[in-house]
Amino acid sequence: MSLRLRDGGRLIDRSARMAFQFDGRSLTGFAGDTLASALLANDKMLVGRSFKYHRPRGVVASGAEEPNALVNLAQGGTFEPNQRATTTELFDGLTATSQNHWPSLEHDIGAVNSSLARFLPAGFYYKTFIHPRPFWKHIYEPFIRQSAGLGKAPKDRDADRYEHFYYFCDLVVIGGGVAGLQAARVAGEAGAKVLLLEQSAHWGGRAPVDGGEIDGRPAEAWVTDTLAVLEAMPNVTLRSRCMGAGVYDHGYLLAYERLTDHAPQADGPRHRLWRIRTQQIITATGAIERPLSFAGNDIPGVMLASAVRDYVVNYGVAPGQRTVVVTNNDDGYRTAICLKQAGLDVPRILDARETGGGALMEEARALGIRIDCGRAVGKVQGGKRVKSVQVCAQKGSGSALEEVACDAVAMSGGWSPVVHLWSHCGGKLVWDDVQAHFRPDADRPPLGRSGQGFVAVAGAANGALTGAVADADAMARGVVQAIGLKPGKGIAPAETQPEELPIEPVWLMPAQAKTELKAKAWLDYQNDVKVSDVQLAAREGFESVEHTKRYTTLGMATDQGKLSNINGLAILSDALGQPIPQTGTTTFRPPYTPISMGAIAGEARGDIFQPVRETPMYGWNDSNGADWEPVGHWRRPYAYVRSGETVHDAVMREVTNTRENVGLLDASTLGKLIVKGPDAGKFLDMLYTNMMSTLKPGRCRYGLMCTENGFLTDDGVVARIDEDTFLCHTTTGGADRIHAHMEEWLQTEWWDWQVYVANVTEQYAQIGVVGPKARAVLETLGGMDLSAEALPFMAWADGKIGAFDARAYRVSFSGELSYEIAVPASRGQAFWDALLEAGKAHGIMPYGTEALHIMRAEKGFIMIGDETDGTVIPQDLGLNWAISKKKDDYLGKRAQERVHMTDPDRWKLVGLETVDGSVLPDGAYAVAEGTNANGQRNMQGRVTSTYHSPTLGKGIAMGLVKHGPDRMGEVLEFPGTDGTVFKAKIVDPVFYDKDGDKQNV
Amino acid sequence: MLILTCPYCGVDADETELTPGGEAHLTRHGPGSSDDDFHDYLFARDNPRGVHFERWRHTYGCGKWFHAARSTDTLEVFGTYPAQTTEPPKDICDKISGERPGWSWRIFG
Repeated sequence: MSLRLRDGGRLIDRSARMAFQFDGRSLTGFAGDTLASALLANDKMLVGRSFKYHRPRGVVASGAEEPNALVNLAQGGTFEPNQRATTTELFDGLTATSQNHWPSLEHDIGAVNSSLARFLPAGFYYKTFIHPRPFWKHIYEPFIRQSAGLGKAPKDRDADRYEHFYYFCDLVVIGGGVAGLQAARVAGEAGAKVLLLEQSAHWGGRAPVDGGEIDGRPAEAWVTDTLAVLEAMPNVTLRSRCMGAGVYDHGYLLAYERLTDHAPQADGPRHRLWRIRTQQIITATGAIERPLSFAGNDIPGVMLASAVRDYVVNYGVAPGQRTVVVTNNDDGYRTAICLKQAGLDVPRILDARETGGGALMEEARALGIRIDCGRAVGKVQGGKRVKSVQVCAQKGSGSALEEVACDAVAMSGGWSPVVHLWSHCGGKLVWDDVQAHFRPDADRPPLGRSGQGFVAVAGAANGALTGAVADADAMARGVVQAIGLKPGKGIAPAETQPEELPIEPVWLMPAQAKTELKAKAWLDYQNDVKVSDVQLAAREGFESVEHTKRYTTLGMATDQGKLSNINGLAILSDALGQPIPQTGTTTFRPPYTPISMGAIAGEARGDIFQPVRETPMYGWNDSNGADWEPVGHWRRPYAYVRSGETVHDAVMREVTNTRENVGLLDASTLGKLIVKGPDAGKFLDMLYTNMMSTLKPGRCRYGLMCTENGFLTDDGVVARIDEDTFLCHTTTGGADRIHAHMEEWLQTEWWDWQVYVANVTEQYAQIGVVGPKARAVLETLGGMDLSAEALPFMAWADGKIGAFDARAYRVSFSGELSYEIAVPASRGQAFWDALLEAGKAHGIMPYGTEALHIMRAEKGFIMIGDETDGTVIPQDLGLNWAISKKKDDYLGKRAQERVHMTDPDRWKLVGLETVDGSVLPDGAYAVAEGTNANGQRNMQGRVTSTYHSPTLGKGIAMGLVKHGPDRMGEVLEFPGTDGTVFKAKIVDPVFYDKDGDKQNV
Repeated sequence: MLILTCPYCGVDADETELTPGGEAHLTRHGPGSSDDDFHDYLFARDNPRGVHFERWRHTYGCGKWFHAARSTDTLEVFGTYPAQTTEPPKDICDKISGERPGWSWRIFG
């Protein structure tokens, strides 16, 4: 059993008890514990179930690489799944539940999969759920979805706060172990602006646990002293609980700071995402110990050797009372020594090397530990706990020589440098035969914008498993020079560590393991990938490591292969009969460990997710019943709903009142672009399909804009202000886009033309005064002459209306007598109020976008985004009258000459009227005789706009129909989505006042 | 997340300030051009591994369009220059020749 030792534990405070809950059971730990150490202290060896076979799983590691001990934390608005117990700091009141089992962790129905393991090999799903085909949708897929995924997605809205933080510096050092501390010190002393990041709450990394001396002092004392030096430097910033998450192009770096995970009652944001730009990066991310692949290496109680001594030294927790140590390198002996010194039993050290190790082996032997060389673990016995190990010869096939009773196994398969951050942006790796791992190839770093490397690696991450401080010192000096500074004169601190003999790679234990052993030798704990699965994949032809990964799921999921990667590709290489470097690694992708979705979103949630653009009358609209509709980044009133009305009622009322009396429209969102200069006319002739250069000052013209590909992209009224100046109205959503479109052509094609464009959309409030009584309302206010003679249809004029400086445009999108009046934005609300007051006697009412849409549809006016969808040219919409025949060129002209653009079979705009007066469904298609190559009904048209017209008392619609204008009176069939078929007659798209008498009064 | 220096305002602009505009130095083919020329102008784009010339706009800065010469494989930036030109400036071509002798891109090199 695992237990808390009587004393020891450098990180815990035994005077501060912390109560927490695991699966509903109340337990206690100490301040400074991780959830994992606290669970082990309470003899909770079984903490979760594996993904595929639901095997019992326990804590295997002590840090970010943990694949098994994933838990659900908290509840409700702070619930979060898949949190690693090994990196979760304990606090009073913590609640955690285990995952991936039903009905309980101890008794899990899904564990039946384990006894079926023989029938669930790699690629099982791909092979099994193919036939019969119809089973996929209703039987296989629901079943697979039910059993897929770890943990559960949170149901409630996230109750915490998150933020983004921007930072700029010369150098970021990632990793606060001894290498990182030394690198930061060298750069700091040279005067560089340095940010030093440490993912855990503690500085110094492994050194204080592993022992040895630096600069003549115990490692822990050196760490404390160096930290004090760094903290005193104004140009060095230190952040613990802050992980370097990803390295990106040109020195961009994301870091993830966990501010209140360990203290949830504290004020402030929970996580902070650092968005960093730096000249240079040093990754001092250390190394991760590899498991050994022997049968039963996933039974709770089998742990990494380094993790075992972390729990003893850091937390005063023993994972077992009798621990067998199995290793292929000298470092594993440190664990045996540490356990023995803590008063625990170490019945055996199994060293796979025939000749054993060096100084550390002698030290262990001197402590009275029995050491068997050339020996291996054949099989671990046990279910939910380790009971014993069968010892065998490493060179054999696993025949048991003896059985050793124990309750824990500490395994060490050697160390793999953490090369993730080096690799994110293209740093290459080299295989180190002596140390049996991939390490960064310093000659092929990720390159910055100058073509020079911008990432360097220091310490164990660089393969310097010993002499990390000296390695970091040298590396930092080079980086300081790359920044353009001079490194100081200091010499690297000396390190004293025992001499170590070389590792002997062991990828399978024992080397000739029998089939039944290989089928219980786990490579990837979280995803249940075994040695036999990878060998099967190789036999089936998955030779690329990337393919094998996806076929077997090796190295997928939350730990992304931190433990399994090298062991897996070594097995694959062996199966393929090729050296490991030829197999290579899978791609390392950010983030290094999972980061919260909240941190990615930062402050961008709720009201500031996407700030809303507001017109000057926004507040009035909001408090007068506006039913808001998003249009671009704006919100526009869809209708102004009165009490007792439905939205539909309001729309009908607004249309009728505008047609009979007078309506007010907040049209401020329409884009307003000033195009000015001697060549402005020439420029607009290129941009619009119409001729704009002939427009007279004081007049307006409706214009169409196409892309160079010929498709209609925007429309609006252009007013010529003077000889050199035009004001172009765009659609609400189009202002920024069309402004950019104009700038692009001016800057990149016609840069010698003298034209300037300014977007003045928000400088004006624009109000439509629309309806037969519009002129009467405006005349009530007094001021400029707005008579038909002074201001005819399609003219504009500046002047005063009441007390307001105004520009009045006589344009109409409704077919009624209509003025669009622009006043300075700051006067918008006052002018709106004045119009409402003046219009009282005339029955004035505001109307929204839906009434606007219905009135334009009654008039057969097109709407960008309804009648157009990026595949429609003006000719399709019968707008040939707005395309100048006199111009040699305009944007889109050449494109519109292509054969398929002039094809007489193109669908063309018509009006549609249901035979029974009902409303056609939006987007419905008109079907034709016969079927196409896919066996679907042929189509001959579709609905683009459809409304109930209160003016006409029936449904009206527009649509694009093959040969439509030549088929007036024909009835088409439009199947609805509910099985009903709508019948509609092809009619003229202008339903109301075809001659335009009403607008021209 | 590239950094490109805007040749107008001199700012070392982060990619989030910029809008990409595709391949640089296209020749517009309008009315009167052949179908093939028009098609290539509108749709045919190079996708080289190595030296490339691109259009960028400093959208959330000075608003100006400029060109960048950069390597698509190493992300090295050889230089940026104003868009009001039909060919890359000599000093940038020379710099690329110094680092990548024998390079070519369309008619340049």
